[in-house]
Amino acid sequence: MKVWSPYVVGAGIGILSWFTFATADKPIGITTAFEYSAALTEQAAAPEVTQPYIEAKAKDGKVPKIDWEWMLVLGVFIGAYFSSKMSGDRAPGEQVPGLWGWRFGTSQRKRHAGAFLGGVIMMLGARIAQGCTSGHAISGILQLSLSSWIFAPVMGVAGMAVAFLIYGKEGRNHV
Amino acid sequence: MTDPGQAVKESSAPPPAVLAGRKALMAVIFGTVFGFLLQKGGVGKYNVLLGQLLLQDFTVAKVMLTAIVVGMSGVFTLHHFAKANLHLQPTKIGAQIIGGTVFGIGFALIAYCPGTGPVALGQGSWDVLFGMAGLIAGSHLFAEMSGWLKRTVETWGDQGKVMLPDLLHLPRGVFVPLFALILIIGLFLLEHFTHH
Repeated sequence: MKVWSPYVVGAGIGILSWFTFATADKPIGITTAFEYSAALTEQAAAPEVTQPYIEAKAKDGKVPKIDWEWMLVLGVFIGAYFSSKMSGDRAPGEQVPGLWGWRFGTSQRKRHAGAFLGGVIMMLGARIAQGCTSGHAISGILQLSLSSWIFAPVMGVAGMAVAFLIYGKEGRNHV
Repeated sequence: MTDPGQAVKESSAPPPAVLAGRKALMAVIFGTVFGFLLQKGGVGKYNVLLGQLLLQDFTVAKVMLTAIVVGMSGVFTLHHFAKANLHLQPTKIGAQIIGGTVFGIGFALIAYCPGTGPVALGQGSWDVLFGMAGLIAGSHLFAEMSGWLKRTVETWGDQGKVMLPDLLHLPRGVFVPLFALILIIGLFLLEHFTHH
């Protein structure tokens, strides 16, 4: 089956979180993997520039490394690859998603620029808030952390507002 | 206050630069299950993700709410029997409001989040590669700004670790089941009033 019931998928993710808490002593989270990847590339490219930042981080016990979350992200890629391969639910080489194409045309460059800009803004927000859709909106929310119960609704409302600004009501007929 | 002792012992040795061995293998396996489930849920797809923001397709909300009910029930039970630690992010009202807003704006543009990005990549949606490059660039940008942010935004409304039950002065044993019930009712309403 290409698509499972969202309730089955959600329950599966919930159960998975029991195991990550109980065996690895970690909540599911992704942001740190990108943080460390950025720090490691920066360290390699311009060590003298990054040294003060790395040292400040080290005081909080956060030394950039290929860590648990990094391996988790690697797994996410593998799992999605096998899932899509097994059910033939693949978008091989897709560059311009349907809704985007409807609004902005089929230019690949435009979509690439949009995705890049969106990524920059998104990660800036994630780092400021100290978490993303996984760390806050799933793991933090399920731990009833106030931080996440502030982050997730604010994120949702901002996302909806901008989505409607970009696509308008008409966009709803193209998803 | 949030933890009845360290339930799961942490080793005092510094972590290695590259996680290896059994721990790494387990992390990859956890990630594989997570990625498999996310792909099966369809939440690595641009139209499904934007469909949620446009309030047309409620798949994302259904997956997340179910994960929260199931995850919360299990994690708090484990925690009650001292089988798991909680890992709360400190509440910094300014940082979470500003960060959430900025994140949401980016979300509407890229659609894939840091977790569903690798799902989209596994599926073959290559536009996500540019999005992921953006994510890494965004992390650099944050690092550049971090000194300034630490002095300003991160000091606004710094509350430390706060949990909803403490905020409402309710025991967790009461709050968690009650809250699970409310979320389940919410799911039933979603299922009843939406098409997707």
